[in-house]
Amino acid sequence: MGVVPIARAFRVPSLYIQFLAGLHEWMIDLLSIAVVENDKNRADLIIESLNATGNVQVNVLSSSNNLAGEIHECNPDIVLIDISNPSRDTLEALTLATGPLQRPVAMFVDQSSESLTRVAIEAGVSAYVVDGLQPERLKPILDAAVTRFNMFNRMRTELETTKRALEERKVIDRAKGLIMKARGIEEDAAYALLRKTAMDQGKRMADVAQALVTAASLLS
Amino acid sequence: MKGAVLSIGFIPLVDAAPLIVAQEMGFAAQEGLALNLVRAPSWSRLRDMLVFGQVDAAHMLSPVPVASALGLGGAGTTLSAISVLSVNGTAIGVNAALAERMHAAGHGFGFDDARVAGNALIAAARGPLRIGVPFPFSMHAELLYYWLSALGLPAPQGIDIRTVPPPLMAEALKAGDIDAFCVGEPWGSIAVEQGAGTLLLPGKAIWAFAPEKVLAVRDQWAEAEPELSARLIRALWQAGRWLADPASRVLTAELLARPEYLDLAPEIIDRSLSGAFTISPLGVQRRVDGFVNFHDGAANFPWRSQAQWIAWQLAARTGLDRAEALAKAAHVYRADIYRAAMADQGADLPGASSKIEGSIESNTPVASDLGRLFLDRDVFFDRRIFDPDAAIPEN
Repeated sequence: MGVVPIARAFRVPSLYIQFLAGLHEWMIDLLSIAVVENDKNRADLIIESLNATGNVQVNVLSSSNNLAGEIHECNPDIVLIDISNPSRDTLEALTLATGPLQRPVAMFVDQSSESLTRVAIEAGVSAYVVDGLQPERLKPILDAAVTRFNMFNRMRTELETTKRALEERKVIDRAKGLIMKARGIEEDAAYALLRKTAMDQGKRMADVAQALVTAASLLS
Repeated sequence: MKGAVLSIGFIPLVDAAPLIVAQEMGFAAQEGLALNLVRAPSWSRLRDMLVFGQVDAAHMLSPVPVASALGLGGAGTTLSAISVLSVNGTAIGVNAALAERMHAAGHGFGFDDARVAGNALIAAARGPLRIGVPFPFSMHAELLYYWLSALGLPAPQGIDIRTVPPPLMAEALKAGDIDAFCVGEPWGSIAVEQGAGTLLLPGKAIWAFAPEKVLAVRDQWAEAEPELSARLIRALWQAGRWLADPASRVLTAELLARPEYLDLAPEIIDRSLSGAFTISPLGVQRRVDGFVNFHDGAANFPWRSQAQWIAWQLAARTGLDRAEALAKAAHVYRADIYRAAMADQGADLPGASSKIEGSIESNTPVASDLGRLFLDRDVFFDRRIFDPDAAIPEN
């Protein structure tokens, strides 16, 4: 956008002033967000959803040993970090920042928005915001982040469930093998015995199998 | 007694032992409790889990409930410490360059004298000392500020305390992001194992009886569940007494080493329990008696004066009104709840709930319910004392 020559703008000075005022407002409205995330794919997805909320500038930081220094450098209004990231404790140190150029940062816990904080925590994202940021400005950002993190959580849970099921299957197979060998019975009978024992004891089959495998390793 | 399940958050550290032992050795079951122990990835996460009710109680750094009462470190909800889980148990270490300069200047790494070690450290420093601690509100940070400023290093100009998660401490030391650290075991020993650091001092050389971890609960929970909190306090006291028996040591290290707890080698865990430390990558050995204390000298009693000492230090550093801070901290460590839980349990309780911190030179008998209580040595290395009732703010 070029600068309007003064002579031509003479008739509409108020418009020009309005434009400047608008530009200024746009600039102060730009929210700077730092996302602490080591996984590039996750970071890209977060950036995408945050950009969709409008006037934001997103920086991605990895949780290195110098996280505090990097955050000071990009001087964000909001820091978003996975709630389980051990480097969160480094961010807590920023809440004590008292230098003249340092802006106090607090974990977003606002009485008026406790439900918002709770939703975020359950989704697994925590937000640190500079002092004085209006909750209504944070809401769309946090909403977008929460949606994204909920998706990550679902993926993680599914992955864990699959992994555990696989491991349990392996233990049950080993236990079954032990029973077959010790009693000289068929696979189906060994499985039935394992299941019956679990039911009688009110335990999960995987737990009974694990106990058997552990005991066998102690005795062999 | 009705069975109840309590969710309790912990950080994988040696001093989470009372919680793990209470569950694994049946002390919780004796009180009709089952503890669902939830491992947390960071102190801030654990504090939030507690504040937002995802756990009923938590293994917590002793200054965190005090800081929250002073409005520092935004938690929103006030927390109470209903029992002290452990006393002492941290270690200070330095990077290879500092260790070398200190050696060259004739420091013997005796691992016992805070004044000698501190002066050697200050003399070897080039520029402000960058020291890693696990959390801004921690006994680690308080001990470092107290120690180095008492030796004339101006704080905060001469000391740059940085927060580094304990598992990253050795890495930060190697990368040159910090010069030194103060951390709970086994992370100091792990830095030695990885060839990154040399241990300089146990925390107890600075303050002989520093409350390290507390059992923290939400205020409202303590008020609403007096019966459950009493049972929990008693189970943890039993666990602490069991831990104090030297015969329990090997089993303790094995229990803590399990994948669901610390998931580390039992040999590393045993160093802090036995007090037999390897302090340098070259294998130099040092002994520390009572490196971490779970029971002796009424270790679990939550003294009002301990909370007030912490509040005094925090207020002085952050510019809060010190008299006000003392008043706010007076109700954070709940001696009243602890007393009610431990009455008629065979544990001797002190007559008073506040003491002059730093005034006990050697184990001393004190006025108590049963007349058999000894308090352990609690001196500061510079022999200053802290009397909360006489601590008038200087101007």
